[in-house]
Amino acid sequence: MDLIAFYILAAVIVFAALGVITARNPVHSVLWLILAFFTSAATLVLIGAEFIAMLLVVVYVGAVAVLFLFVVMMLDVDFVELKQGTLSYWPLALMAGFAFFGEIALVTLGRADARARDFDPSPGAETNAEAIGQVMYTDYLLLFQLAGIVLLLAMIGAIVLTLRGKTQARRQSVARQTARRRADAVELKDVEPGQGI
Amino acid sequence: MAITLSHFLALSAALFTIGVVGIFVNRKNIIVILMAIELILLSVNINLVAFSVFTGTITGQVFAMLVLTVAAAEAAVGLAILVVYFRNRGDIAVEDVNLMKG
Repeated sequence: MDLIAFYILAAVIVFAALGVITARNPVHSVLWLILAFFTSAATLVLIGAEFIAMLLVVVYVGAVAVLFLFVVMMLDVDFVELKQGTLSYWPLALMAGFAFFGEIALVTLGRADARARDFDPSPGAETNAEAIGQVMYTDYLLLFQLAGIVLLLAMIGAIVLTLRGKTQARRQSVARQTARRRADAVELKDVEPGQGI
Repeated sequence: MAITLSHFLALSAALFTIGVVGIFVNRKNIIVILMAIELILLSVNINLVAFSVFTGTITGQVFAMLVLTVAAAEAAVGLAILVVYFRNRGDIAVEDVNLMKG
């Protein structure tokens, strides 16, 4: 029963991933990506890794995919023009893909443990999240802090990159002040009596 | 029959390969390249979690979380660079990104 569910979910993941890289419209690519993330979370639920599965939904679907969607819709790019000539890339891409997959198959075939065995998603604890929490805040505390620093750096970096260089405060420009001449600022007019300028 | 580790390894190998092929195919479209990188990182995550669950050690799931963090950070900075590039150039044709070539 689990195996059937896994096969269905895996087929959906592969199909969605192919959709990501072949879709004509990048918005469709993002939607396929969201489907791939959701289905991957479902496969992880199948083997009991619930916490990572929920994290996938929250972080990937909730943050990363929405970010992609924002940027794709914000940029005014002619995607049809970008898509032109991609047909000529396919042979090389397929060759590289087959070579890569072949290498993985060559290395893993016959060596991976194909026997069915009991799996344990939460060793030494009642629930999956509890098991992760028990090691994450003790053995991997520094790594956890480092992850926070990575996120902080990414946030600051993104803000610095996209902030427009417009200064809000009005500052004195000494060079402009000293370079000012009388002719730039004052003009004498000889006004006729009874008429305006 | 039950699910084995090999099933998950095959799935993540397929996902990784599709991501690599996606980078090759969408050479002009940097947004889709970033999405293909996300696919690759997703396959890495599946691999880590599968090994963690089937060997009964929780460490792999902790590392999957770290990969998730890096993936989010990478997407944010990559898209920020893309937005700045678009603002400066008016398009995102990555084929002529050679301003830093000597």
